[in-house]
Amino acid sequence: MNIVVCVKQVPDTATERKLRSDDNTLDRDAADGVINELCEYAVEEALRLKEAHGGEVTVLTMGPAKASDTIRKALAMGADKAVHLVDDALHGSDALGTSHALAQTLKKIGFDLVVLGSESTDARTGVLAAMLAERLGVPQLTFANQVQVDGGAISIQRVTDYGYDKVEASLPAVVSVVEKINEPRYPSFKGIMAAKKKPVEKLGVADAEIDASQVGLANSWSEVADFAVAPPRAAGTVVKDEGDGGVKAADFLASKKFV
Amino acid sequence: MSEILVLVEHVEGQVKKVTLELLTLARKLGTPAAVWTGAGYSPEAQARLAEYGAEKIYVADSAEVSDYVVAPKAELLAHLVGERSPVAVLVAATAEAKEIAGRLAIKIDSGVLTDVVGIEEGLVADQSIFGGGINVRSRVTKGIPIVAVRPNATPVEAAAGAGTEERVTFTVSDAAKGARIVERVKEEKGARPELTEAAIVVSGGRGVGSAEKFSIIEELADSLGAAVGASRAATDAGWYPHQFQVGQTGKTVSPQLYIAAGISGAIQHRAGMQTAKTIVAINKDPEAPIFELADYGVVGDLHQIVPQLTEEVTKRK
Repeated sequence: MNIVVCVKQVPDTATERKLRSDDNTLDRDAADGVINELCEYAVEEALRLKEAHGGEVTVLTMGPAKASDTIRKALAMGADKAVHLVDDALHGSDALGTSHALAQTLKKIGFDLVVLGSESTDARTGVLAAMLAERLGVPQLTFANQVQVDGGAISIQRVTDYGYDKVEASLPAVVSVVEKINEPRYPSFKGIMAAKKKPVEKLGVADAEIDASQVGLANSWSEVADFAVAPPRAAGTVVKDEGDGGVKAADFLASKKFV
Repeated sequence: MSEILVLVEHVEGQVKKVTLELLTLARKLGTPAAVWTGAGYSPEAQARLAEYGAEKIYVADSAEVSDYVVAPKAELLAHLVGERSPVAVLVAATAEAKEIAGRLAIKIDSGVLTDVVGIEEGLVADQSIFGGGINVRSRVTKGIPIVAVRPNATPVEAAAGAGTEERVTFTVSDAAKGARIVERVKEEKGARPELTEAAIVVSGGRGVGSAEKFSIIEELADSLGAAVGASRAATDAGWYPHQFQVGQTGKTVSPQLYIAAGISGAIQHRAGMQTAKTIVAINKDPEAPIFELADYGVVGDLHQIVPQLTEEVTKRK
């Protein structure tokens, strides 16, 4: 099975995340770049499917040159090779543009199964997997907490507000995973060393046959008009429990008319 | 005025509060037209949608629209957009409705904005990003704006609309039938309100200590008519089901009141709750970062404080 796992480098949530004042896009230099957490679960699931069914795992990322760190991390976990979509023309692409660029690349490199994290910690739109399924014309198996492949058939448990839906489809397909699905492995020392020798193919907009009029900030379908740092929450009253902490909390709730 | 399509969220025919919020919002922008998908449409549902301003209700309740993941609903909306040329399409910022919005955006070549907390004149949308750290104003620049609005972001106001029902004749394409839902499994959640819709949320974290002890969190929630949430530490430990996780990799909530018990307030958790109007924290560690954003904090053992609070709330009702 030819599995492609899409990963994204995001600013570390633990550092201060900013937007750039010149073009209102994410300031990728202000914060440390790390692999998006849910992408690690996607890599893990791809590796487990490969271990169970054979085949190959290719990492695909779109991002600036420094996103190569994120590729190395996925390769160190055990993926076989990588494709890095890197081109200045891609800067500032919105979800529609990003999904076009990734879909074109996926068509070019081929796949039986595409695996993604269900959302990123920076943009948090949660729409990319659905958009890829739409653009590729393949079944959408998203928000999975369990994936099973049997020959050309695939089934998942799709997490819902009330529990989960059992969903069935045929390959090729797009899957997105939630964190409950597995426990991602840590790269071993051997894995880290091996990752340095694994092939990473760099593709630009023209190489991947991406329509340049569909990507980049200027071609986005939406724009950030302006932004402002939210005023910090003012700290309130903190009391120590002297045996009446619950009563005091109830007094506070009553003062705010919650009780 | 032109139509604003509002995708209805409902649970087995019961219209969810977020839909009433969307209708309230839609009235400011144009003429609200509700879009019903799936089984459960009834005169009661029609009356409810009309009460909050739906002039028209497009009903597509055939099984094939809801028997497959997301794609048929996006196709239905694209069909209605083609027929009605609305000014905008509003959906709730739930996981599924955002996916519908995303696929619709491609189909009608239009921009999509997600997790919007308000819409101003000229369809400028307010978004709160990076866990509430930055407020952004955005707009769609191509096509018909598709806007996914967060639950609890808009105060609901009734204002009667005609509520004229219009059956939609529409056939789902084979291409949209790729992922078939073969079973819907419901997990027990009792009579509590849904997490993202609830006016009050009571969450427990590492300090709760065990799955059994989550009963004191549930009892407090029930005394307040609240939903129950959990921090990632608690869901990872298996003390509470994963779908109730509040935080960066879980749900984002913006209730009127958020009570955090035994939650330290790591940035990942704060990303999911710091836009709550009022925050109350109970934690034994006086240095816990949750106290930095709490309007009211109690330092002490939640196993003493929470049951006492439940008792007081029940007494004062």
